[in-house]
Amino acid sequence: MSILVIAEHDNASLKAATLNTVAAAAKINASLTSEIHVLVAGATCSAVASQAAAVAGVAKVLVADAAHYADQTAENLAALIHAYASGYTHVLAPATSNGKNTLPRVAALLDVAQISDIISVLDADTFVRPIYAGNALATVKSADPVKVITVRTTGFDPVAATGGQATIEAMSAGPDLGLSKLLGRELSKSARPELAAAKIIVSGGRGMGSGENYHTVLEPLADKLGAAMGASRAAVDAGFVPNDYQVGQTGKIVAPQLYIAIGISGAIQHLAGMKESKVIVAINKDPDAPIFQVADYGLVADLFQAVPELVAAL
Amino acid sequence: MKILVPVKRVIDYNIKVRVKADNTGVDLANVKMAMNPFDEIAVEEALRIKEAGIATEVVAVSCGVTACQETLRTAMALGADRGILVETDVELQPLAVAKLLKTIATNEAPQLIILGKQAIDDDANQTGQMLAALLGWPQATFASKVVVDAAAGKVAVTREVDGGLETLELTLPAIVTTDLRLNEPRYATLPNIMKAKKKPLDVVKPETLGVDVTPRLTTLKVNEPSPRAAGIKVADVAELIHKLKNEAKVIS
Repeated sequence: MSILVIAEHDNASLKAATLNTVAAAAKINASLTSEIHVLVAGATCSAVASQAAAVAGVAKVLVADAAHYADQTAENLAALIHAYASGYTHVLAPATSNGKNTLPRVAALLDVAQISDIISVLDADTFVRPIYAGNALATVKSADPVKVITVRTTGFDPVAATGGQATIEAMSAGPDLGLSKLLGRELSKSARPELAAAKIIVSGGRGMGSGENYHTVLEPLADKLGAAMGASRAAVDAGFVPNDYQVGQTGKIVAPQLYIAIGISGAIQHLAGMKESKVIVAINKDPDAPIFQVADYGLVADLFQAVPELVAAL
Repeated sequence: MKILVPVKRVIDYNIKVRVKADNTGVDLANVKMAMNPFDEIAVEEALRIKEAGIATEVVAVSCGVTACQETLRTAMALGADRGILVETDVELQPLAVAKLLKTIATNEAPQLIILGKQAIDDDANQTGQMLAALLGWPQATFASKVVVDAAAGKVAVTREVDGGLETLELTLPAIVTTDLRLNEPRYATLPNIMKAKKKPLDVVKPETLGVDVTPRLTTLKVNEPSPRAAGIKVADVAELIHKLKNEAKVIS
């Protein structure tokens, strides 16, 4: 019996979230001494399979290569994972939008519970996960024969992307269920680091006032710091930036080395997405804003003066 | 066509939760409860599809304690035509709820089931996907736009995903789960709150539906997260940069 990790990828490259998930699998394996396998389901995804085979700690990479896995639709993926899950004690995926979409479907097909968003592994059956927007941490134990788990990537330091020498095994693909089809994608194009994996994040809130201000004020700072850019829900709802910028309970969960919250008041839903950051800086003109309660360094100031000053001084 | 909307009674989203002293859970005694915010969005979307003349009936379903009737009355005050409560005092986990909803869906035969993407109490984000799996239906989670083409038997759903947006076309019947920006839910008016009291509300038991709702996960304990150490206020930008370079050492 082994542990199966579902690879996060875009058919061309393996995404960093997979490395955090393998790290969680390795923690589980500490008390089991079984093997960690990675499933790459995609279309013409052999490059991904080679990258997965190089990941430290992976013993085997299973590849299901078929056109109907190209778009990662949940119906086809879940059926495939379900078909191969019986040989595994644990099935893990990162808690990305793909993982969250597909894995509960797998769990239901297996008639087992899913354990969502784990941040810590206590033993092979016991895990810690945040509830109530991270205001409480639940320790849960599963009695199911297969543990289906999504992994909050910020809870586990990634394993090395290289150094592994896993075997690659082609698997037969499942049928195309034909239940859903992709009509199109509008993906944000950015030369900046990916929000979920960035070391520094510059994040703006309602206080930015407009989308134009968001870009003219924050981009120079992000450029100087080589930072990713994020936003609070208020800024996304107001249309300043697209949805994929959102940090929070229901957006992206991040834990960079440095998180700079600018014009963000700090609703608990936002704090849930960033309070594990190593260092938090808040710039806000309201001295009573709740963001200051989690900030290591708070600056009460008008952001339209402070941020350009900061850019000039860096 | 009929739309089914499952709704969950949860702690009001404005309330700061407190962990019980004995670490068995979160203190819910005398705390304001409300409909899960994502479920309000689901109810709103169903009502809009009905008001557009595409759906004929919106049925709200809740699973849980007797007090979930209030949540169903809220859904009906917003405009749902009737309610179904699957009543139990057992702690319900997502798989159990999905199984209960499957039996309701089999009886009611809706073309569309719209759920909130996650509940703000357990933050599980599972029930819609599990229900889709049990029914063998297609799913579109994290929806920001829903366009039903009933004549063609299809629904096009735009989803909020990590990299931006994607649009899927599903064959009906289908499952949709809502994200924040799908719509802005309406408020219930007083006359509609009064009218909702007269709308039909059926109560059934899990045993009647033949569903075993025994929890699969045991919660061993619930803790407060360790608080962040108190930070400081800096006087100006120069001090901020000095601290980041020399104390926190996160920039060079």
